[in-house]
Amino acid sequence: MSAANNAPLLRVENLCMRFGGLTAIDDLSLDVQAGKITAVIGPNGAGKTTFFNCLTGFYRPTSGRVRLNHPLRGELHLETLDSHRVASRAQVVRTFQNVRLFPKMTVLENLIVAQHNRLQRASFFSLAGLLGLPGYRRAEAAAIEIAVDRLTRLGLIDRADAVAGDLPYGMQRRIEIARALCVDPLLLCLDEPAAGLNPRESAELNELLQSLVQGEGLAILLIEHDMSVVMNVSDHICVLNYGCKIAEGSPQQIQNDPQVIKAYLGEDDDEDDFDEALVAESAS
Amino acid sequence: MVVLAHQAPSARERCKDAGAVALIALLLGIPTLGLTTIDQGGTLHVATRWPTLAVFVALCFFGRLLARVAIDALQARARHRPAATLLRPGARHRLSLCLGWGCFGVALALPFVFSDNRYIVDTATTVLIYVMLGWGLNVVVGLAGLLDLGYVAFYAVGAYAYAVLATQFGWGFWQALPVAGGLAAGFGLLLGWPTLRLRGDYLAIVTLGFGEIVRIILVNWTALSGGPNGIASIPRPSFFGLPFKPGDDGATFAGFFGLDFSPLHRLIFLYYLILALAMLTNLFVSRLRRLPIGRAWEAMREDEIACKAMGMNVTNVKLSAFAIGAMLGGIAGVFFAARQGFISPESFTFNESAIILAIVVLGGMGSQLGVVLASLVLVLLPELGRDFAEYRMLLFGTAMILIMIWRPGGILSQRQPTLRHRAEGAAP
Repeated sequence: MSAANNAPLLRVENLCMRFGGLTAIDDLSLDVQAGKITAVIGPNGAGKTTFFNCLTGFYRPTSGRVRLNHPLRGELHLETLDSHRVASRAQVVRTFQNVRLFPKMTVLENLIVAQHNRLQRASFFSLAGLLGLPGYRRAEAAAIEIAVDRLTRLGLIDRADAVAGDLPYGMQRRIEIARALCVDPLLLCLDEPAAGLNPRESAELNELLQSLVQGEGLAILLIEHDMSVVMNVSDHICVLNYGCKIAEGSPQQIQNDPQVIKAYLGEDDDEDDFDEALVAESAS
Repeated sequence: MVVLAHQAPSARERCKDAGAVALIALLLGIPTLGLTTIDQGGTLHVATRWPTLAVFVALCFFGRLLARVAIDALQARARHRPAATLLRPGARHRLSLCLGWGCFGVALALPFVFSDNRYIVDTATTVLIYVMLGWGLNVVVGLAGLLDLGYVAFYAVGAYAYAVLATQFGWGFWQALPVAGGLAAGFGLLLGWPTLRLRGDYLAIVTLGFGEIVRIILVNWTALSGGPNGIASIPRPSFFGLPFKPGDDGATFAGFFGLDFSPLHRLIFLYYLILALAMLTNLFVSRLRRLPIGRAWEAMREDEIACKAMGMNVTNVKLSAFAIGAMLGGIAGVFFAARQGFISPESFTFNESAIILAIVVLGGMGSQLGVVLASLVLVLLPELGRDFAEYRMLLFGTAMILIMIWRPGGILSQRQPTLRHRAEGAAP
């Protein structure tokens, strides 16, 4: 999938984001490899979601570069693209910290809307669709097939015709992931996918994330507070505190990093406590 | 007023509630009922009517008491009604389909049944104009969720476009129809472009202003629009080239079909014309709703940010909603100008925008059949209420309040999915 030289899929270089006097992200550099899960963790207010907003075009970074090595379109500068172009051209698709479904539409419709660009082209900007030409009918059938496939994989197929807003929260989170998968992502950015999930659902999420990465070589960028998810699935972890990257490495390295422990537990605390806490959490 | 808990309230609570109402009635009643002025030889004196006031307050007290008991009983019954007796979504959909076809059948047959009643055919034509406008605005407000308070501007653009083209350049109705529709769509884009970043209340204010700007331009641009005098003697549409005029030769409608001339022929033709235009609008909009663009409109109404994250170009989606809604309004405007034969800025005041918006909201946002029912209510109620003279608008207001209490989401608020995984009615 990625270029012949072992270049990362996404390279973030010296990213800065300032809101007036507040520096939300300060000189952040990070590589995301294809086919791997990269987690971004950090205390509340560390700038994780801001980082996602900069990546996906919702914010324009104050300075810095975000390069995506697209297998077909070459190098794309994400920091210059509008949010919808980031999803449609660069195929970087995100979910939201507080679920953002289309609540009054059915689950299936939610997933069809995610394939809007393809269908809109197939309908010749509604002309072929208005006339009911066979080309458009085929495109719609294919879109439904893709949606049904994603729903089956996430165990949601029984709820395909249910109104999305009426379903339980954990299910809505899964629908949001299924919907993001319908956009055909290269890089999937998940903002706290495990928030509000019970331990069993978190375990299911772990399996899902791993199957996505191993199955189709998707890269996942993950913001998460639930250490049982982060420590079990991540290949690479980046820790933010007050907008600065304070540590980076494998889950093992992060659990033993004194900087990280200081950020989470404060200056004078015993290092082993945090280590044990992390291990205990990841085991649960 | 007093919030009543789920348990049946005690007699004491009920008395307290009714007492509060009676107190308000007393306070309001002292100046309006208790005191009155009488003319005594040229000078005014204040007289009191305490017995009348006492009767009024007592009526309010016992009325409130009885009303509260009745409402509680009704609510308790509604709570205990098992869910199974409510209509299943599929059945509800079939019911509204039947109702829709029923309305269409009645609309088709109406001129035959009342072929000699000018008033009824005329009123039905007015209802259909509002139905068409409602369906057009439904695209913008009901589907795309963009609150538009200046919809009448597009109606005016369509009407004036036809009036000017017909009186100055001698264009026919059918030639002017697409051009005026296109022009109105252009105005839709003109309004849509600067308001792309606005939502909700702010969008409502700007669209309200846009509606007024168009009306004020029409009042002042005397050279084009005739100013406040409007444009008169706009040519009426002919029946495929056959004018509705008295005459025995084959060059008139009556002569060609060997009928006796009657002014009702044109009226009935106009009725069927707007029926056809409205049904075309309906087909067009319900078809669009099932296409990617329609689903994009609804998705944008639900969550614009999520739409962007799905790679949807929200700018195009918004502009297309404005343009298509405006085009339909413009076409309705052409018909209006052709039917009236005279237009002036008087016909395109904010009041019209408000009525069209009320039709969409009252009907249930996004519901096609709801628009029909709401137009019937909003156009026919003031007509039926003519016997009540000055209480007409009071009746109208009461009916609207009752509908909003009875169905807060509009008459038909059930949304029908645009596609299904399983056929409807299949076991879940």
